[in-house]
Parts: sequence; structure tokens; C-alpha cells
Amino acid sequence: MTQLPSTPPQKKLGLVIDLDICVGCHACAVNCKEWNTGGHSAPLTDLDPYGAKPKGVWFNRIHTFEAHNEETGESRTVHFPKSCLHCDDAPCVTVCPTGASYKREEDGIVLVNGDICIGCKLCSWACPYGAREYDEDEGVMKKCTLCIDRIYNEALPEENRVPACVSTCPAGARHFGDLGDPQSDVSLLVEARGGVALMPEQGTRPVNRYLPPRQKTGKDVAPRMLEHQDDSNEGAGLLARWVDKILS
Amino acid sequence: MLIWLAVFAGLGWLPAGQLFGFIAFAIAFILVAGGLLSSTFHLGHPERAWRAMSQWKTSWLSREGLIAVLTFIPTGLFAAGWVFLGRNDGALLMLGAAGALMSLMTVYCTAMIYASLKAIPAWSNVWTPPAYLVLSLATGAVLVTFISAVFGLDTVQPMIVTALIALAAALAIKLAYWSARSGAAPVSTSASATGMDRFGKVTLIEAPHSESNYLMEEMGFRIARKHASKLRAYAIGLGFLLPLALLAAVGWTQLPMPEIWLGVAVLSCAFGIIAERWLFFAEARHVVTLYYGETSA
Repeated sequence: MTQLPSTPPQKKLGLVIDLDICVGCHACAVNCKEWNTGGHSAPLTDLDPYGAKPKGVWFNRIHTFEAHNEETGESRTVHFPKSCLHCDDAPCVTVCPTGASYKREEDGIVLVNGDICIGCKLCSWACPYGAREYDEDEGVMKKCTLCIDRIYNEALPEENRVPACVSTCPAGARHFGDLGDPQSDVSLLVEARGGVALMPEQGTRPVNRYLPPRQKTGKDVAPRMLEHQDDSNEGAGLLARWVDKILS
Repeated sequence: MLIWLAVFAGLGWLPAGQLFGFIAFAIAFILVAGGLLSSTFHLGHPERAWRAMSQWKTSWLSREGLIAVLTFIPTGLFAAGWVFLGRNDGALLMLGAAGALMSLMTVYCTAMIYASLKAIPAWSNVWTPPAYLVLSLATGAVLVTFISAVFGLDTVQPMIVTALIALAAALAIKLAYWSARSGAAPVSTSASATGMDRFGKVTLIEAPHSESNYLMEEMGFRIARKHASKLRAYAIGLGFLLPLALLAAVGWTQLPMPEIWLGVAVLSCAFGIIAERWLFFAEARHVVTLYYGETSA
């Protein structure tokens, strides 16, 4: 059913991504692809994988942005992993004409039933975040499942029952948990670091949160560049001053 | 077209001629069925298309599909009565009126598919539903007027007036839409898309991958956008101004062979509206482009 759950899910499983820590190594995207090409929405089709223009389905992609402050002249580079945000008011779900898209009442995860999806692509137009991708080979839409086949998988050791992207992140920039519980570790982390929702103006009420990079303190700032000493030899060592004197 | 066939029949402007009925409804149904079939065959799974009628509680696409198919029932009976019994009055006219109303509802649902997509500010605004409704009425009126002229009906004059009013209204709505869009503030920015508003101006410096992907191809449209002003001139000139001039010329001067001129108006209108439709899609900037290099949408 493409109606959102009548009672909003109490449990809201989602990700918290720390932009202060992410180093942009793409390991989360690679492990996501690796797990999910054999998982719930398998395969994550690749077209022309070894050719000139490879193209395929990925649930997680890492963009790199630069934020430039014109007043201070300071720029910072931010690696920005993006996958489905499992929105409370998921527009991709309500536009679906077939009932293939749905939001789970028990944990808020947004999924696609590939057996009844007609491949009209309307959900990908409804999603502001680009979380849904079309599998040209299978003719259906695919998206992040929050590794539903890992997080409840009793065949896996308990510490591995987290999404593939979270388990593989070498920097510890990704956190998984229940954002519906204000006392959960992820909720407390969001609270402490001022975690933000992406594009709140779109009214989708995403579950996932992003922790913004920490503000620089102003101390401990390295000199921006070396100062040129073309005009004077002031402050130079004895040998350098002597060489300077001979040559000039 | 189905709407005007019912309305003009109700006004007594269209004789219940069987040949006229056959030709007019054949054109109307071929256009409608062609549209429905082409949208079915661009699906990833056309054989599952019937499922699209199940989610009318939330999905405008589902509502559109359902009403479009249901509309065939009253309009089909109306057409059958006209073609086989030579009648378009009484109960048959009631069916025609019901079909006309359902046709309008179908167009409204189509418009709402686009108007409900907040991620595309160019569609998600108050202009989309009236533009769809009035454009469909205008193009239908031009087509019915042309067919009536081919049959040499003496009621072509009031139809021309109707078509002129509808076309002028459609042009006014499109012009108002374009002017509203050109001054519209962006809904989302690369700063809100990344949650980094406080750090200054946010620009993409590296894409997630070296090659293109589904999102970039589906929501990119760079080439068409490049020709936007040219396409807009075609849309206004061919879609509206030339048909308006031809309709007026046929209506108020003694042009020989009015059906030829009205035929030119139909063709011109068709090409103009294709340009207008193309633009409607090409100028629609999806907010997902903020993750692929745009800074506002």
C-alpha cells in the first residue's frame, strides 16, 4: 500500500553521518554495492561494466563539496555520502501508483517490492534526494533497504547486524540506530552535535541526520602560506644573509 | 475534444451525422488511446500496468489511469449512439456530458501528477493545473472546429469564437506562468541540500563517480535547456499566435477554403504545443541537480 502508515512508526531506524569525520574514501559505497548486489533488491545491475561508459545502480554515492566563506576567505572540503533518508513523509511512497513502494510501520524503513513495480520512475521524480535509481535491466526501481537483510539477520554475529555502509566505514563516520527514541545513542549524538536534516523545506521529514563539520576554533591555525622574502633578508640565518650579500 | 463534442452537441451545433460522429470520435479515441498506450509502453514492465490503478487513495498517477480508462465507458456509449443510431440527444447526451466531466477530471489528475512534485518547483505551483486544463480545452476546440469545417457545417462560426477564447486564455496562462517562473526565488539550494548553510557558499567540487548515472540522465536536460528561448518562441508563435490569426481570418473574412486554413491552424498548434510540452519538461529543474553541480533550484 502506498499510503504512509496511519500511525507514524515509533521506531525510526536510520543513519547519522558525521561530515566532520568522513574522509571520502568511498568504502561505504563499495561495501553497500557488494552486499546489496546479493541482497533484498539484488542484483545492483551494472551496464557495460568494463566498457568505455560503465553505468550501474548504486544505493550510496559520495559527493564532495566545498564550502567557501567569503568574509573569512576560509574554505573547507566536505565529503558527503548520500543514500535514502527513509523520510517520515516519503513523497516517493505516496506517488507510487501500484503499491510497490511502501514504508514499514514497524521501523519506518522505505522499501520497493520489485515484484509489482511497473518501472514508471515517478518515485525517482518525487524524491528530492536522488535516493532511487532505475534498473534498466530489470525494469524496476531500486533503493537503499537500510540493509534490512543484515540488521535483522540472526545468522550474522550480533555486532555485524548493522547496514553494510556502517560496518565498513574505516573512519567511524557512520552511525546506525533508532532515531525515534530520544535516548538512543544516535539521537543523543544528533542532539550533542546539532545534527541537521537535508532540505527540510521540501517537507519530507527525513529520518537520517547529518552532523555538520565542527567550527574551527581560531587557535591552532597553521599559516596559510609561506611568506616571500624577496625584498629583505630580515630574519634569515647568518649563512643565508651572507649568500644573499654575495649574490645581490 | 471529447469535451467539446459533448458541449457542442448539447448546444445543438453538431448534427448527429453518422459519418461526422465516426470521424470525430475515431480521431479523439485514437489520440487518447495512443497517449495511454505510449505511456504504458515506456514502463519498465508494461504487462503490470493494470496494477497502476490500485493506489487512487494517494497517487495522482493512479487516479489518472483509473479515470482515463473509466471515461471510455460513457464516451464510448455516447459515440456508439451517435455513430450507430444517429442520435446525440437525451440520455446519450447525458452520457456525453458525464464523459466530458470525466475527461476534464483526467486532465486535472495528469496536471496534479506534476503539480504534486515538490522537488520540481517549475511544476509544483498554482499554474500547472489551469495550464493543463485550458491547453487541453484549447487544442480540442481547434481540432473540433477544423473537423466541423471539413464537413461544411454552418455552425463553424461560434466554434471559432470558442476556440479563439480558449486559445487566448491558454496563451495568457502560459505567459503568466513564464513570468512568474522567471522571478521565482529558488526553493532549495546546495547549502540546504547539504545542511551546510552556516559555512558559506557551497559548491560541488567532485562528483561521486567518473561516469554518468540514472539521475543525471533522467533529470539533466542540458541540451533542451540550452534552446529554451528558441523553443519558447516556437511555442508562442506556432502554438498560439498563428492559430489565433488563422481562426480570426477564417471567422471574419471570406477566405476561400476555410477548412485548409483551419487544417494549417491544427498542424501549427500541434507543433507549437509539442514545443511547449518539451519546454515544460526541459525547464523543470529537479532539486536533485543540487547534488550534481547546480547551486539553486
